[in-house]
Amino acid sequence: MKTARHAAAVRDPSERIGNFREVVAGYSEETAVAEANRCLRCKTKPCTAGCPVGVQIPAFIQEIANRNFEEAYRIIRATNALPAVCGRVCPQERQCEGNCVCGIKGEPVAIGALERFAADHHMAHAPTSAVEQTGRRVAVVGSGPAGLSCAGELAKRGYRVTVFEALHKAGGVLVYGIPAFRLPKEIVQREISELEAQGVQFVLNSVIGCTESVEELFEEGYEAVFLGTGAGLPKFMHIPGENARGVFSANEYLTRINLMKAYEENAETPVFRARKVLVVGGGNVAMDAARCARRLGAEVTVVYRRTEEELPARKEEIAHAKEEGVVFDFLLSPKEVLAENGDVCGLLCTRMQLGEPDPTGRRRPIPTDETVRLDADCIIPALGTSPNPLIARTTKGIAFKPHGEIVADEDGKTELDGVYAGGDAVTGAATVILAMGAGRTAARAIDAYLKNKE
Amino acid sequence: MNRIIEREQLNESVVRIKVEAPRIAAKAKAGQFVILRANGRGERIPLTIAGASDGAIELIFQVVGGTTMRLSGLRVGEEIPDLVGPLGNPTPVEGLKRVAVVGGGVGCAIALPVARALAGQGAEVISIIGFRNRSLVILEEEFRAVSDKLYVTTDDGSHGEHGNVCLPLERLLAAGEKFDAVFTVGPLVMMKFVAAATRPYGVHTIASMNPIMIDGTGMCGCCRVTVDGEMRFACVDGPDFDAHSIDFDEAILRAGTYKEFENEARERHCNLYRKRERDD
Repeated sequence: MKTARHAAAVRDPSERIGNFREVVAGYSEETAVAEANRCLRCKTKPCTAGCPVGVQIPAFIQEIANRNFEEAYRIIRATNALPAVCGRVCPQERQCEGNCVCGIKGEPVAIGALERFAADHHMAHAPTSAVEQTGRRVAVVGSGPAGLSCAGELAKRGYRVTVFEALHKAGGVLVYGIPAFRLPKEIVQREISELEAQGVQFVLNSVIGCTESVEELFEEGYEAVFLGTGAGLPKFMHIPGENARGVFSANEYLTRINLMKAYEENAETPVFRARKVLVVGGGNVAMDAARCARRLGAEVTVVYRRTEEELPARKEEIAHAKEEGVVFDFLLSPKEVLAENGDVCGLLCTRMQLGEPDPTGRRRPIPTDETVRLDADCIIPALGTSPNPLIARTTKGIAFKPHGEIVADEDGKTELDGVYAGGDAVTGAATVILAMGAGRTAARAIDAYLKNKE
Repeated sequence: MNRIIEREQLNESVVRIKVEAPRIAAKAKAGQFVILRANGRGERIPLTIAGASDGAIELIFQVVGGTTMRLSGLRVGEEIPDLVGPLGNPTPVEGLKRVAVVGGGVGCAIALPVARALAGQGAEVISIIGFRNRSLVILEEEFRAVSDKLYVTTDDGSHGEHGNVCLPLERLLAAGEKFDAVFTVGPLVMMKFVAAATRPYGVHTIASMNPIMIDGTGMCGCCRVTVDGEMRFACVDGPDFDAHSIDFDEAILRAGTYKEFENEARERHCNLYRKRERDD
């Protein structure tokens, strides 16, 4: 007999917009076991096929059903360096859960929630163990999802890994971008501590390209370098008035809040306390910015040029944003930021309508003659990001695409011998899990390269 | 790491510190900056490197907000928890043979390494440094040491020439003096006027911008400056830009984004700061 998917407890919206605590609670052991028992254990494993890092999903779910929680964790960890993170931020509906056979006639197994359960259970119960080292050194540039995943895989293979991070805190976008209510920062810290326990060393406040070059890393004795420098350069709207006071890139707004904790009482970093915020864009970053602004007490409208159907954000984030009172205004494209004495007072938008599908299959927005004026004292463009520019400007021998993406083959190999790359730095802005998959693939390629070099 | 090895009060609100930072010192060039945090939960602020030698860098800063107040409260032997650099592009001094270096207030701390770099490559350096009054004058002797000619101005005439830095600059330009470039750093309003003064003479003028920043690596976009109608990021595209192309009025507005917060922060930290001063 089929049972319904077990929902995880979600905190009440009216309570949660008053703080940055995690919105979704994890499963209890009983719920996790019950949910695990919904899995049909299909031999074809379409779920695993949908996972960018190839987690052996039916196998770990089976272990949860058998109450072997640590073994479930071990199975996930074999291919995924950051299970507690992925369980929380992966777009499961488009990956594992999107392929789940249970989902054809009913609801898919809650694979994300089960992954999170196994990881949280491990963190709460299991000690960590150190790994034996080979002594050969690899430098990982950037401590975001790609870098952490690559470092974890290399450490597992016995390499001495040093991760260089530009900011004062490791984690990359997991720390500066994704808000605590979606991914508590202790979870990221625990994943990093796990890597440290495996022998990975973290060097903070070090901008490769400025503090030292890739070339110098080789001179210092690193035998290979992985570039996981991410896509941090924010895109702007490029419309009149965009530099008025009160227009902040989503990156700036989120960094102030997430990395610098500007929302805390007596924080030293300021954050603009707006009354009425417009977030421009429809991705996960737009949802994060909108939900942060709600928590800082603003009225928030998300302005998107297509319709709800085309919103690229995870379904859960859109649902949570709505529950928290975020309003969506569709089919609007910003045309001009209105300002009074230099301060934002509104946004002029062109009304759009949907036309024929574009190459991505989504219907293309077409401008109409109608102009709409929205009032606001703060506008947050969340229009995506391009790769960080510093490596491109300081590293000779690597090829870059026009928007700054590093040219690398499917193993992450760049045109410079011994230098590999992966994640948003190669693909442009994408997801945490794709970056992790790329980091892991590159780690294997680095392993093969170094063994070959012996 | 990042241990403070010297500390000197240059005037009532400007402090010079020397910090052990061998990696940064080995790379730093005139015009580049660091980003630092003065305590474990502090704000990230950019400060231009005023000098680098023997594994240490010099930072000269004015106490304006919470972070600079905390930084000013650190004593010799204490460490700066987070310090990263050198960031930004070096000031383009290569090939310049005769340059006017125009600094205002604490901006002189940024102008000095540029003057020094120019002098070091054998260029003729004419320095003009301006302050509000005599008590605020800093680095005069240091400038004299690297300049072929030095003009000092004060707004109230209490030291040097009465007036602002544009007076000697305009006089020199009007007299037909030729410069390969004018380099200016100081308050935005001053740089705007320096740019206006050199424009009619078509002298290449470089201004060093110091806008609000967080990461310093091109990620936040709050340091954006409009140059020649284009959006540029001071952290990775600058901090130096062609002064005749900078939209200074916009930069002045943007600099005020967090003014209220800064004032509050100063009030909040003031007591702590005063207490520390008393203890010393």
